[in-house]
Amino acid sequence: MLELTGVCKTYRGQAALQPTDLTVLAGKTTVLLGPSGCGKSTLLRVMIGLVRPDRGAVSFRDTPVTPENARELRQRMGYVVQDGGLFPHLTAEGNVTLMARWLGWEQTRIKARLSELTELTQFPADGLARYPVQLSGGQKQRVSLMRALLLDPDLILLDEPLGALDPLIRSDLQADLRRIFRALGKTVVLVTHDLGEAGYLGDRLVLLRAGRIVQQGTLTDLVQQPAEPFVTQFINAQRGPAL
Amino acid sequence: MRHCTIAILVGLGLWAGNAHAQQPPQVRPGSKAFTESGILGEMLTLLARIAGANATHRASLSGTQIAWGALVKGEIDCYVDYTGTIRKEMLPGRDLPTEDALRNALAEQGIRMSRPLGFANTYAIGMKKDKADRLGIRKVSDLKKHPELKFGFTAEFLDRADGWPGLRAHYQLPQTSARGMEHALAYESLETGSIDATDLYSTDAKIRTHDLQVLTDDLHYFPNYDAVLLYRADLEQRAPQVVTALRQLEGRISERDMVELNSRVELDKAPEVQAAADFLRKLGLLRPEDQMYVRIEGPAARLWRLTEQHLFLSAVSLLAAIVVALPLGILSAYRPAVGQVILGTAGVLQTIPSIALLVFMIPFLGIGPAPAIAALFLYSILPIVRNTHAGLTDIPLPLRESAEALGLPGFARLWRIELPMAARTILAGIKTAAVINVGTATLGGFIGAGGYGELIFTGLYKDDKALILQGAIPTALLALLVQGVFELAERWLVPLGLRLKPAA
Ligand SMILES: Nc1ncnc2c1ncn2[C@@H]1O[C@H](COP(=O)(O)OP(=O)(O)OP(=O)(O)O)[C@@H](O)[C@H]1O
Ligand SMILES: [Mg+2]
Repeated sequence: MLELTGVCKTYRGQAALQPTDLTVLAGKTTVLLGPSGCGKSTLLRVMIGLVRPDRGAVSFRDTPVTPENARELRQRMGYVVQDGGLFPHLTAEGNVTLMARWLGWEQTRIKARLSELTELTQFPADGLARYPVQLSGGQKQRVSLMRALLLDPDLILLDEPLGALDPLIRSDLQADLRRIFRALGKTVVLVTHDLGEAGYLGDRLVLLRAGRIVQQGTLTDLVQQPAEPFVTQFINAQRGPAL
Repeated sequence: MRHCTIAILVGLGLWAGNAHAQQPPQVRPGSKAFTESGILGEMLTLLARIAGANATHRASLSGTQIAWGALVKGEIDCYVDYTGTIRKEMLPGRDLPTEDALRNALAEQGIRMSRPLGFANTYAIGMKKDKADRLGIRKVSDLKKHPELKFGFTAEFLDRADGWPGLRAHYQLPQTSARGMEHALAYESLETGSIDATDLYSTDAKIRTHDLQVLTDDLHYFPNYDAVLLYRADLEQRAPQVVTALRQLEGRISERDMVELNSRVELDKAPEVQAAADFLRKLGLLRPEDQMYVRIEGPAARLWRLTEQHLFLSAVSLLAAIVVALPLGILSAYRPAVGQVILGTAGVLQTIPSIALLVFMIPFLGIGPAPAIAALFLYSILPIVRNTHAGLTDIPLPLRESAEALGLPGFARLWRIELPMAARTILAGIKTAAVINVGTATLGGFIGAGGYGELIFTGLYKDDKALILQGAIPTALLALLVQGVFELAERWLVPLGLRLKPAA
């Protein structure tokens, strides 16, 4: 689905991403994992073409991503930025249907798609007319997700979709996300620094450290065959002190 | 069909030609920003109308250079000035001792000069009439016989070489000491007898109220400041009958008349038109059937006219500024390097004092609304550019990224996402510009553009505080009103989602 070869990115002389190869498999959920600042968001931005890598290439369904075709390809990807990124001047519905309106869909088609999405994400219909400031954190994430899913993208990229939520809502949403991913059978790339979440949602885990991929594989692979001591260190740190 | 069109065009042409032949000539008398000039400007206006012209008075031109420039460029057709002023300020550095020499020098610039109107407005020495009578003083040289007399002069007169020091030497006056004092105080001191003589202008309204004797400059010390009519040579061709009518004033206005006229306006608060009309009537130049040309504007009509003018100046300049500054602000946000230049330039413009900016405009745009609008336009640019830039650059990165990640092209991102999100900041910038604009538009009064400033400037030169307030209060009210209107507009223009408080 998505193929990264030798991509790297440096900000002001500091490498955010070292030369990296990564293949995102179709129909699977890939989880990018790692400590804060290790380059997860940067990697995701490179995938969707928001950040142009200094070197290396990205190809989406065997098409090389270039600045010229990036905008078009993005309409076939759904992206949820860290913190949601809902437009405050639009209602929930306005946010979700923005692209459909811009593409000139008919009202009936928009309405139909909207009800599909609210049902899928279990978003309350009466919340559609509300503005982002009037929504709870969990509701905002559902709206962001609906916005990303609107055009029925081939690939969904989510940057810490559950980052700022309290644990109860978080586990609710985790369950919902898993259900949605399974139901849609989409290719998903998800960023988190929570190991449990990664194991619960992901088919395949990619652990990064300081802009470099340390290990890829299932949670079991990471636990049983750590590639470096850091992997074990990261896993142990996640178990928490008293547990 | 075609013939028909041609016939109509020919018909229109004939009609237009006809209309042109019958149209009264346009004449624009001017006047400078002081009472005497204003009254004389009204006289010229009335005489031109009586002679069949369509005359509009461009009053309150601030300063000789502006009035003279306007005359040379044809923005006004005629006005009254003084021979001394012409020699010193309009044709400086040229030796033009005689009236004919002066007339020839003016003719080179296409300007004609009438014979003197009768009065002169020069420096003069004045005493209380009763005291002068008692001592038998009529002329400046009579002062020699009374060394005991005490003088009080304005600071300027006391210091200037062509003031008191020169006067003393010229007449060999025995009085050695003179006190410096304010004009107003000098008149009071004359009344109480603590001084006996002071300097004044020979047509000062105070001459009448304080019953002063103006001493004849018998040894011709003070330069000549004879009032003369200046008019453009082309007026003679365009409207000879108007020139003839205006020149009826030659030799007809005495100093006593002018003092009387000035005091009617300054002290009795008569409108300038009224004073001018009454005087022309006395001279027999305004017959009863000409009364319709005397248009005295009531206070309500005047307020309405000034409001319209003020709004016009502010609104046109603000709209132009929005049209220009909004794109500049967007450009600055998208191209930081260009933005630095744009914001820097707009910032520098803002630091130019407004009066100076206005005066810079005059050589390019003349007098009237155009330079005022241009200056206000330049002032309005900065707040709008700066706020547009700030509003756009303050949009959080994740939101800009989201818009980009959705696959919206640049223009749609700007129009649907970024501008609405920056709307409140941009609108605040426009509001700031509008409020500053309404206040600064008062400077229009300075260059004949009208607006409330006209009252403020007239009030300033007449030293009439009530008049100043009549200009200042509506300006303040209008500024408040504009502020209110923008606050209402915010409800319309700033998206609801940005105005809501976050749910508790
Ligand atoms: N636009 C940018 N300009 C400069 N440096 C950047 C920029 N974006 C990211 N970086 C730097 O690149 C590195 C990787 O950042 P990135 O946002 O990818 O980390 P992350 O893994 O997503 O962290 P977090 O879990 O905190 O979101 C960091 O050191 C960050 O400071
Ligand atoms: Mg991140």
